[in-house]
Amino acid sequence: MIESLAKPVKALRAWIRGRRAGSRRRRIPTQLIQLGVIFAVVGVGMFLMRQKFVPDTFGDLGHYRAAAVAANAELEPRYAGWQECAMCHPDKVEAKNSSFHRTVSCESCHGPANDHASNPMQLKPELPAGREPCLACHSYLASRPTGFPQIIEERHNPVRACTGCHDAHDPTPPESIQECSACHNTIARSKAVSPHAPLDCEVCHEAPPEHKVQPRAHVPKKPFEREFCGTCHDRRARPPEEIRGVDLSVYEIPRIDLVTHGGTFVCWQCHYQHSPEAR
Amino acid sequence: MSQNYDRRKFLAELLKFPPATIVLGVIGPVRLLAAAGTDEYEPTEHYYAMGIRVEECIGCGKCVKACKLENDVPDEPYYFRTWVERYIVYTDGEVQVDSPEGGIHGFPPVADESFPPVAAGKEILRTFFVPKLCNHCDNPPCVQVCPVGATFKSQDGVVLVDEDYCIGCRYCIQACPYGARFLDPRTKTANKCTFCYHRITKGLLPACVEVCPTQARVFGEIGDRSTPLNRMMRMSHLEVLKPHMNTEPKVYYTALDGEVR
Repeated sequence: MIESLAKPVKALRAWIRGRRAGSRRRRIPTQLIQLGVIFAVVGVGMFLMRQKFVPDTFGDLGHYRAAAVAANAELEPRYAGWQECAMCHPDKVEAKNSSFHRTVSCESCHGPANDHASNPMQLKPELPAGREPCLACHSYLASRPTGFPQIIEERHNPVRACTGCHDAHDPTPPESIQECSACHNTIARSKAVSPHAPLDCEVCHEAPPEHKVQPRAHVPKKPFEREFCGTCHDRRARPPEEIRGVDLSVYEIPRIDLVTHGGTFVCWQCHYQHSPEAR
Repeated sequence: MSQNYDRRKFLAELLKFPPATIVLGVIGPVRLLAAAGTDEYEPTEHYYAMGIRVEECIGCGKCVKACKLENDVPDEPYYFRTWVERYIVYTDGEVQVDSPEGGIHGFPPVADESFPPVAAGKEILRTFFVPKLCNHCDNPPCVQVCPVGATFKSQDGVVLVDEDYCIGCRYCIQACPYGARFLDPRTKTANKCTFCYHRITKGLLPACVEVCPTQARVFGEIGDRSTPLNRMMRMSHLEVLKPHMNTEPKVYYTALDGEVR
């Protein structure tokens, strides 16, 4: 390297000497000139390499290629959004948006529909069938939030397809809401999936008929002693064979010893009566 | 007012008002119209974030499925941009977390032998679902460690990957405290949630938010703009995952249990 530089360095020195001839004689040391040339070559090399290796648009917005933002935004959406569905199916969307399924987007059940939106005749979205698609959300799971409508599949009209009774776009059950659940819906839902499901509200709550007209002026009764629960759950008690038409003999009622179980606490300090096994 | 400001001068000044009003009255609407005419997306005007309402999540796994379809995530049950975890807290204080196939097919129902996957003699104290995804940190550790600048925080606050420039060194996957990244087996580059960047820049919602049946996922912007997220943030007590890491996540959780990590 140094050898090959010798010739231009010699020429440069001759040139400088020529210029300075006549003026004050001051020589630039040879090693400095060599060093200068090396620096210049390395500098130019770095510049050229940077031009080659640093990609376009790198550093325009930060320590990244600005073009990568556009590349990320390029992908084609597959889910069209329910507003797109509403353009052709306003009746369905309107029915859904005024029912309990108002928060459920069309593509939540029907799958991605952007292809269908661009080619409505040839490409059809999924049509969910059977019980599985509904059970994905509505089968009973302990981890689901309390009050979310859930069924135990084996006990809830087995085998029958959900759409036989419920319209998926307006899933309110066909029969009108029963007496108590009209107002106490969350409690009714929790009770419906609990072991207390067969029991009528009136088994524990004696409600005066006026309660339906003036709910706060005529409050139903609540059990207020442990012995009330004990009529079914005490080890020594003989529970009634049937309560209001429900045959209790088929159920295995959990039994405890009312004298020793739970000390001085009352039952509902530990158990939630409407879902006694939950915490 | 200076003393030589007489009535003549005052009236002359007053005459300037009508033309000035007309000129400004024209310029204003014209500028507004010009701005409205360009419907080009302006990233500096947005700053995205997500809210997750744990108390609403039913663990149906539709978000996981939608994410895979929308973003062409590999099918194998260990590549996820978003997934749902089930937490089971026992009375003895032990915490069990499971996420069968990321929750893409939901969770096994009661009748299934595997539920509850409880050790014998244990009692469940409480149990719930927690959806997880990239937290799009304001101070992202994955961006810090990338040796080539292939992952970055965009102007609208979304952490993105430059697929063409990534060298597949996996540093970012190690650095992420939330386990939100994976190496795409096809391209051998890092891959992660982008808040569906191709959708939000077109005014659509991210796929997981679009399909969430209970609105447990809320998408929007931080700042003045009125979005569902702003409402959620105003009305609820917010928490983030691993606040002690100082990553300043932009995925906000409500009703987050103390056991969630």
